[in-house]
Amino acid sequence: MHTLILAAADVPPQMLPARSMMAFTLASHIIIVPLGVALPLITVITHGYALRRGDADALLLARRWSAVMAVRFAIGVVTGTVLSFEFGLLWPGMMGRWGDVFGLGFGVEAWAFFLEAVLIAVYLFGWRRLPSRTHFLLGLPLPFVALLGAFGILAANSWMNTPRGFTLDAAGNPVDVDVRKAIFTPMFGPEYWHFVMAMFVTAGYVVAGVYATGWLRGRRDRYHRLGFTIPFTLAAVCTPVQFMLGDSIARQVFHKQPVKFAAMEIVWNTDTHVPEYLYGRLHPDGTVSGGIRVPQLDSILAGFRPDTKVTGLTSVPASDRPTATQATIAHFTFDTMVFIGSALVLLALWYGVLWLWRRRLPASPWFYRAAACAGVASVVAVECGWITTEVGRQPWIVYQNMRVAEAVTATRSTSLWITFGVVVLVYVFVFGSFLVVLLKMRSRWRLADEGGGPRPPRDASGRTAPETVPPESDTPYGPRATGSRL
Amino acid sequence: MIAGVIAVFLLLVIAAYACGGGTDYGAGFWDLTAGGAERGERPRRLIDHAMEPVWEVNNVWLIFVLVVMWTGFPVFFQQVFTTMWLPLTLAALGIVLRGAGFALRKPMRRLVGRRLYGAVFAVASLLTPFFLGAAVGGVASGRVSATTTASTDAWANPTSLLFGLLAIACSATLGAVFLAADARRFEAPDLDRYFRPRALAALGCVAVLAIVTLVVTHGDAPHVWHGLTHGAGLVFVVIAVVATAATVWLLTRASGAWSRVAAVGMVASAVIAWGTAQRPYLIPTSLTIAAGAGAPTTLRWLGIVIIVALVLVIPAVAVLYWLDTQGELEGLTDAELRRGGTGEET
Repeated sequence: MHTLILAAADVPPQMLPARSMMAFTLASHIIIVPLGVALPLITVITHGYALRRGDADALLLARRWSAVMAVRFAIGVVTGTVLSFEFGLLWPGMMGRWGDVFGLGFGVEAWAFFLEAVLIAVYLFGWRRLPSRTHFLLGLPLPFVALLGAFGILAANSWMNTPRGFTLDAAGNPVDVDVRKAIFTPMFGPEYWHFVMAMFVTAGYVVAGVYATGWLRGRRDRYHRLGFTIPFTLAAVCTPVQFMLGDSIARQVFHKQPVKFAAMEIVWNTDTHVPEYLYGRLHPDGTVSGGIRVPQLDSILAGFRPDTKVTGLTSVPASDRPTATQATIAHFTFDTMVFIGSALVLLALWYGVLWLWRRRLPASPWFYRAAACAGVASVVAVECGWITTEVGRQPWIVYQNMRVAEAVTATRSTSLWITFGVVVLVYVFVFGSFLVVLLKMRSRWRLADEGGGPRPPRDASGRTAPETVPPESDTPYGPRATGSRL
Repeated sequence: MIAGVIAVFLLLVIAAYACGGGTDYGAGFWDLTAGGAERGERPRRLIDHAMEPVWEVNNVWLIFVLVVMWTGFPVFFQQVFTTMWLPLTLAALGIVLRGAGFALRKPMRRLVGRRLYGAVFAVASLLTPFFLGAAVGGVASGRVSATTTASTDAWANPTSLLFGLLAIACSATLGAVFLAADARRFEAPDLDRYFRPRALAALGCVAVLAIVTLVVTHGDAPHVWHGLTHGAGLVFVVIAVVATAATVWLLTRASGAWSRVAAVGMVASAVIAWGTAQRPYLIPTSLTIAAGAGAPTTLRWLGIVIIVALVLVIPAVAVLYWLDTQGELEGLTDAELRRGGTGEET
């Protein structure tokens, strides 16, 4: 109890609003990140398929997805800019002392953003005028650029988890910076690949989920089939890989950040033959209530043997580890992520096995119901994974080198609360509008499809006859009526 | 030495943002003043059409500014963001609303929706450059320091206010000049005639504000004033003045060609003049470039990152602008979505 009061007294009042604001803006941004990283890949694959096979349905899908990409990219750009402001507005202490140690990764991100903005603009606005081959080739680098963009932020985050590439002078300031070591920290590789796969899986399931819903509602034409199979196949292939990567990153955490691992698994005392808790709640006295207890399993998972020694939370002073509540949060989100991941593996197996044996899509409506939910579930898993890694690191902003409390801004908590309120309102407005726009685009497209069918009518020579195409009113990213430029 | 080079890069990137982002903010300014839905319809259409392919690229310059700032000059970054808390928070909010307003206005078909998002976009386009300019003014007048915490005085002072207003006027000028050029490109002579006088009026405001700023900085920001009236700073001031005169002259000529280059020259040299005037300080007269610089290894790597960025970005951005000005970049309408091939094939 005594240490609890002490720890509470250390915490400046602006911590809570600063933390809440950062958490809120990041949690919102992260929802649209998967589509940013992986939708270009899905679109380019579909586009390539369309060009190769001369498939009008696939081409229509690629064009429509590129319109979604555009709106999403715009929202991503602005919410991402907010995050870079927040580094300075909320955590000036961290940037001032460590900016030159870990900031460089973001430089790589800036390359990626520039290229992405240029390529997206060219891809999006090149449909009409650029020769189809040139247009496709200019779109091809987009997925790689998106992966490059993830590099910077993951380098920074993995550095916060396992900081290196510097030594501390007498005053505790970092000197002798080694940039390469600071970027390629032990957690970088595992975090990066785990993240990238998460993006592919999530985007694949989210996009496929839309068409799975269509399938359930009886829209079973080729257009919907393609719209489902292309992203779903990508996600299904990545899901088992992601499962393996997730397992490996958990083991990395066990080795490199034992206290965080203890929080994720709510291990109180260092011991061998440690049981695994599925969910359950840790109390400040070290007892666990609720949840399912599986004897020995945690030790086995961590080191493949029941006598593996797992470090407990009590191995460090209370002020240097997550509180019982924080550990419970990290544990809960970790378990949720693992649970969702396992369910998705089963779904992917269902799809894969049937495809390999029978060369057909599953026919059961339950499969499509599950597929429709998989998108939302994987977004939840992404959020959970992020909460696990951030909450599990507490109270450190730079693991074992700087506490969150030392990094926080000196701005009064009242101002921060007011700003946070405004930010929530603005984000609700922005994300609400984003959703409304997507839904409107969908219903507009559906109307158009019901009017003319997804395949454009062709005349005798096999060429499209534009004048027979039922008039489809204009949507975004191409708002001009044909022929008029202004 | 290396810190000085990085500082020069930082200044150039800020100048690039002032020109690229400034043009977009300027477009937002004219969107705001275009009048009612009917009267303002054609200018707004032009604004939409002209900004569409490039506004995201222009925004990335700002991210690049922040990255170079916190990696190259972390202490400077910390002090600026601590002291200028409020204007920078408002600027960040403005950036969200502006981007979202612009991007979401297009898909809106109903007039009410277009009005709402358009208003959000336009008002945010006015506030964001003002607050960014005010923050720069606070730095120029030395009101940022290690010990000051966020205070109103840091940005609500004559220099900051004038810098904020100058930012608005400069972006309005750039916006009008570029929109006039776009109107010529899209063969809309009436819009060319519409934007040219507006560009000239904005230029007039820039000139008046610049003179007032020079007078005010004499007392309020003596170090910068001295830098602006002596040596290299003076050279850039002179270039800015010449570029202003050239812009006026080009705008009054029938063809209007090169007016964009002159306007960009004006804004860029004004920004560079400010940076040069601050030498050798990041924050006059409390934080020198040398004292605010990050670790030397990092700065060397940052130099490489910047060079790679330029090698990658300049050709890419050049291709984008080239395609854009060639009229190669145009979105599809829904009707075209369903055609068979792309480009000439259809």
